[in-house]
Amino acid sequence: MIQMKNVMMKYDNGVVAMKDLNLEVDPGEFVYVIGPSGAGKSTFIKMLYHELTPSEGDIVINNYDFKTMKPSEVPYMRRLIGIVFQDFKLLPRLTVYENVAYAMQVIETPDKDIRPRVLEVLKLVGLEQKLRRFPSELSGGEQQRVSIARAIVNKPKVVIADEPTGNLDPETAEGIMSILERVHDNGTTIIMATHNQQMVDEHTHRVLEIAGGRLVRDEKEGSYDSEA
Amino acid sequence: MKPNVFKRHLKDSWKSLRRNGWMSVAAVSAVTVTLLLVGIFMALLMNVSRISTQVENDVRVRVYVDRGTKKAEETKLEKQIKALPNVKTVKYRSAKTELDTIVGSYGSQWKMFSGDKNPLNNVFLVDTKDPKATIKVAKQAQKLKHVSEASYGGSTAKKLFKTVDTIQRWGIGFTILLLFVAVFLISNTIRITILSRADEIGVMRLVGATNSYIRWPFLLEGAWTGLLGSLIPMLVVDIGYGLVYANAGLTTAANGYSLFPTMPFLFWLDVALAAIGIIIGALGSVVSMRRFLKI
Repeated sequence: MIQMKNVMMKYDNGVVAMKDLNLEVDPGEFVYVIGPSGAGKSTFIKMLYHELTPSEGDIVINNYDFKTMKPSEVPYMRRLIGIVFQDFKLLPRLTVYENVAYAMQVIETPDKDIRPRVLEVLKLVGLEQKLRRFPSELSGGEQQRVSIARAIVNKPKVVIADEPTGNLDPETAEGIMSILERVHDNGTTIIMATHNQQMVDEHTHRVLEIAGGRLVRDEKEGSYDSEA
Repeated sequence: MKPNVFKRHLKDSWKSLRRNGWMSVAAVSAVTVTLLLVGIFMALLMNVSRISTQVENDVRVRVYVDRGTKKAEETKLEKQIKALPNVKTVKYRSAKTELDTIVGSYGSQWKMFSGDKNPLNNVFLVDTKDPKATIKVAKQAQKLKHVSEASYGGSTAKKLFKTVDTIQRWGIGFTILLLFVAVFLISNTIRITILSRADEIGVMRLVGATNSYIRWPFLLEGAWTGLLGSLIPMLVVDIGYGLVYANAGLTTAANGYSLFPTMPFLFWLDVALAAIGIIIGALGSVVSMRRFLKI
């Protein structure tokens, strides 16, 4: 599903944010990416959706080899991925319904197929009553649920979540986590960067720990803190 | 692009224009002010150019025939003048007709010069195909036999030709400059509205939108902005020109000159304003958003 080979990321200012990164993620896995602030988690996540291009090494996602991929193929590669951000990144001028439908319109889905699917995912995240609200009229947790609905509406193979519970209280965070678990149960690969120790310890999955730009731990059914 | 996708873009662009509120109002206002200037100036320039051409066409060569020239020689001279290059028409006016015109214009006291006392010459009035050829034709006519003098208004005509040339050249230059300012002003305003939506474009890219898919609604929104911005200028220019035409029309007609009649002139001017607005609005959007579309 995802392969990273000898990936190194060096910014223009000379800072090396990531080096010697080698890993594979199988289809249907749930992977946490943990580590202190500035460790390189965001760089890792951004490289996955091609917002950043590695300086060296190669990334392959579902047959899209980033090294040989043409710029015009990038949007199509991104359609395999659903992205959830800490700050939600919803379009403020669109309603809840439109924000989710937009992701389907972009890939030129016929109109008749859009409405039932959008209603289905909004029901899944528990927002079927707030279709016509604008993001500014929603709580943080609700906005994050819209963001998840948008990420999964096209049935992506991978959902990448960058600190999705970072701005939320524990109870709301738990709600978001249970939605992601449900998406995972449907067979979607989840890669989630997080600081939330309780979450990682309670919902055990594979843990990748990044520190100083290196992968320092890769543990199946791991916990937030290293056992060693 | 599929027709339903284009329809969706059209709908979305209109919706986005409404939801952008004051930002859209600012962009439309910028277009309005600029197109108002362009519209007024275009109407002015085209009419100045039209009247200049009319004045220019009025300049003709007067070939005075030597007194005492016989009829047959005059006929021969007329043929010779007609044969000169660039000559369009040749009209004969006898000394008597010339005097009658003077009597008609300046009063009956000029009647004392009637009959044998008439000091005027018979004249050939020569119109040229190109007003600029007037001087050349006059010079060539001067050389013909039995020609006492061939005049073309001398330095006055030269000055007129120069003035008309200057007006047209500066007019075109100024219009181009004004259009350039319009492009700059409109695309800058649109750039500000797009800058405020950089995040939005970022999100579009992340959900897998292709560059052309992202570009379309912005392009159409720019076109709407241009079209809406051209409405007030159209209205002002139509009403304003209608009033000017009604009032100045008579004065100019009395002098033998005329402004462009309101129809179809205003129709084409409106079409031009709308087209300029739409094209500049759409181009301004596309150019402004280019930097956000890097993969």
